[in-house]
Formats: sequence, C-alpha cells, structure tokens
Amino acid sequence: MADRITLVMNLNGEERSVQVHPFARLLDVLREDLRLTGTKEGCGEGECGACTVLVDGQVVNSCLVPAIQVQGAEVITVEGLARGGELSPLQAAFVAHNGAQCGFCTPGMLVAATDLLHRCPHPTDDEVRDGLAGNLCRCTGYSKILDAVQTVANGGSSK
Amino acid sequence: MRGFLPDCDIRVPGSLAEALGLLSAEPGVWTPFAGGTDLMVVYNAGRLKATRFLDLSRLAELRGIAEEGASLAFGSLTSFSEIREHRAVHQHFPNLVKSARATGALAIQNRGTLGGNIVNASPAADTPPSLLAYGAELELVSLRGRRRVAYDRFHLGYKQMDLAPDELVARILVPMPEGRSFHYFRKVGTRQAQAISKVCLAAHARVADGCVAELRIGLGSVAPAPVRARNAEAALIGKPVAELPLLAARAALLGDMSPIDDIRASAHYRSVVTQNVLGHMLRELASV
Repeated sequence: MADRITLVMNLNGEERSVQVHPFARLLDVLREDLRLTGTKEGCGEGECGACTVLVDGQVVNSCLVPAIQVQGAEVITVEGLARGGELSPLQAAFVAHNGAQCGFCTPGMLVAATDLLHRCPHPTDDEVRDGLAGNLCRCTGYSKILDAVQTVANGGSSK
Repeated sequence: MRGFLPDCDIRVPGSLAEALGLLSAEPGVWTPFAGGTDLMVVYNAGRLKATRFLDLSRLAELRGIAEEGASLAFGSLTSFSEIREHRAVHQHFPNLVKSARATGALAIQNRGTLGGNIVNASPAADTPPSLLAYGAELELVSLRGRRRVAYDRFHLGYKQMDLAPDELVARILVPMPEGRSFHYFRKVGTRQAQAISKVCLAAHARVADGCVAELRIGLGSVAPAPVRARNAEAALIGKPVAELPLLAARAALLGDMSPIDDIRASAHYRSVVTQNVLGHMLRELASV
C-alpha cells in the first residue's frame, strides 16, 4: 500500500493542499476531499465528459487522472468559472438559452466550452461540435448548448 | 465496482534511468503509466490486474517531436493533441493527424499518448494502422541498451508484443515520404468522436510513372492486432493507377483479415466494409 502524499495544486486560483492516496482519482479528490461537487461522475470511463476539468489549461476527464499526476498543477473546475459571484459569459448564456436541462452534463460542457472559446474565440458550428464532442448530453439538448456557445463567440448579449 | 485503491501504488521516477532501473530490478511488477486513458478505464471497471504503476508522464526523455535524418521521431509520450497540432506531422503524415483526431475526443487526446496507443495493443486502436502504412520503426530502451524493431513486426498476437518486461518504447521513428505521395485514412465507427473502430484502414502509396511504386496498407479492428494488408498490397504494387485491379485486391484483402463478431460489429460486416473502404481508397488513388 502506498503512503498518502501531500498534493499541492493551484485550484481555481487558490493554492490548496490535501493528503490523498497518490492513485486516487482527481475526480474523487475534488468531490470527496475538497467538497467541490460541481464536477460530476457519469460513466467513469472517459466517454461522457461529465467530469471534465482543466489541468494546466487542457481539458481532461478527471475520472482518468490519478492525483499524483496533478502535483503542482493548475486545476480549474466549474466552480472556478464564475468570478466574484458573477457568472461567466458562457454560464450566463447557458442560463439564457436553456443550455441546461437535467444539468448533469452542464459542468463538463461549461468547462469544455470555456476551453474551446479560449483556444478558438470564433468557432464555426463544426468546431463547436468538435470541441464538445467528448461531452454527452443525454437530454440531447445540444442545439441550445450550441446556441449559447455561439452567442458568446459572437459577442452577443446572453440575456 | 472500481479497483481497490489501498492495493494500488504509483511511483514517479525522476529520470528515464531510474524508471528503467525499477523495471529491470522487478520485471513485470511495475506497469508503465502515461496518460492513463486506457489503464484508468479498466481500473474504474474493476478489471485491472495490475496494482503497481510507474508514472512516466514527467520524463522529458520520452517527449518531443523532432526530425532525425530522413525520419520524424516521436517521443513515446507524444499526445494525440500534439500530433494534431504539429506542423511537420500535418505536412508529412496527414494520416497520423486523422488518426489522432479520430481517437476519443479532446480530453482523451490531451492525455493519451502515441506510445500508450501502441503498447496497449488494442486491435482497434486508430494510430497503429497509420504507423503501419508509413513504415514506422520503434526504438525500445532498457538498461541493456536500445534496439529498433520494425513496427509491422512488433505485434505478435492479441496483446502480445516484441517487448520485454524491462523495456519501454522510447521513440517512434517514421520515415518522411519522398516524391509523389498518396495518403488515405478511414475509420468506420458509430460516430465521429468517442467511438471505437469497427474497421480502420490507412494507406500510403508512392506513385511513379503512372504506376503504384510503393504501397503499405494498415488495418485495425479486423485481426487480433493491427496488421499490414500484405496480400492486398501485393495485388496492387506495380499496377497502373489508371487500371487498378479492384476485384483482385478485394479478394486478396480477405487473406489479410481474421475478423471476429463482437459488440461493435459482426465479422461479416467487418470483412465487407473493409473491402468497401479499400475500394474507396483505390478510387481516390486512381484520381490522384
């Protein structure tokens, strides 16, 4: 059995330190050790994208990442998207366009869409589909999500 | 039910030499771990036998894409995203870019590695057919030294490889094509992202004087491991591109495959669709 490690990461802009098993899934560390339950577990096999977070600026499935691999990393979860109590433009657009139905895929969608617009501020519809292809919405509310992303990309009002 | 966390251990070697030392001292005990996009899936399903992992992800010696002589050398930790974004890969190996785009989706592509795709040895992996089509070579490293093995001789059977327990794949060397080059990649899956291939075919040809001068075809999901379609290649090499023997090539291709029925497709479907994809490839080759 492995000894616990002191995992230090910059989480949503704050330095955080937590004692964890080195092979614990990042998803479980976030939800169970740090009480950041915005990140969801869907399939647990990297298929659905519900557990998507950013590690050092890249989208990853947190169910597939052992804790030790984020030692010293910058991690952003859905809780890190809003600033000072203000929803991010994407979050506001999801609300305005009814981009969330049951809401389970929404945290992963928001993180993946945030990454997409960071890399590609004015995506075509196909580029949005490609950027979000790893995030499944079983309510099948994709067109509303697409609308929300394109509204922000086009600089339009989300209200 | 997931694997049992308290049983697991993961070590982070500070250097390649340290990693190789551990693999050499306790061969078969430590499972190399890079992006985790295959191992963690099996762990999460509670079916992973291995419990002790060697985290290679921080080893700079296994990173990078660089020209080396007439080849492009990929460190085994090269991610699918790095393949997608690299200018020289786009220029010389468009099939590899398509393979990388066809693997999982972005979150998988950011973490999954070329070396991992090879040693996970899934018959359905999407970069191996392209590596076979481009005549790739693997550089394996252990404390005993380095050796090279042609990639089309690396897979020996289902999940069987020419790889000793103390060896790691260090680099993948792919010769850069010369002359007039034809590239073809086609994956058949349920959807464009996150689908495991039912059939995958990659080809690279060199055309000279109106004839097929060189041709390699790599197949995925139709045999216990990624395979070259040597019979189909033989039926086509030397033939004029204006008169490619489609029926003979389709017939020869049957000798290259040993598909099975599984949850993704039937053996019959795989045979017929692989032949159809070959036909599509030949039509494109004829119009070059």
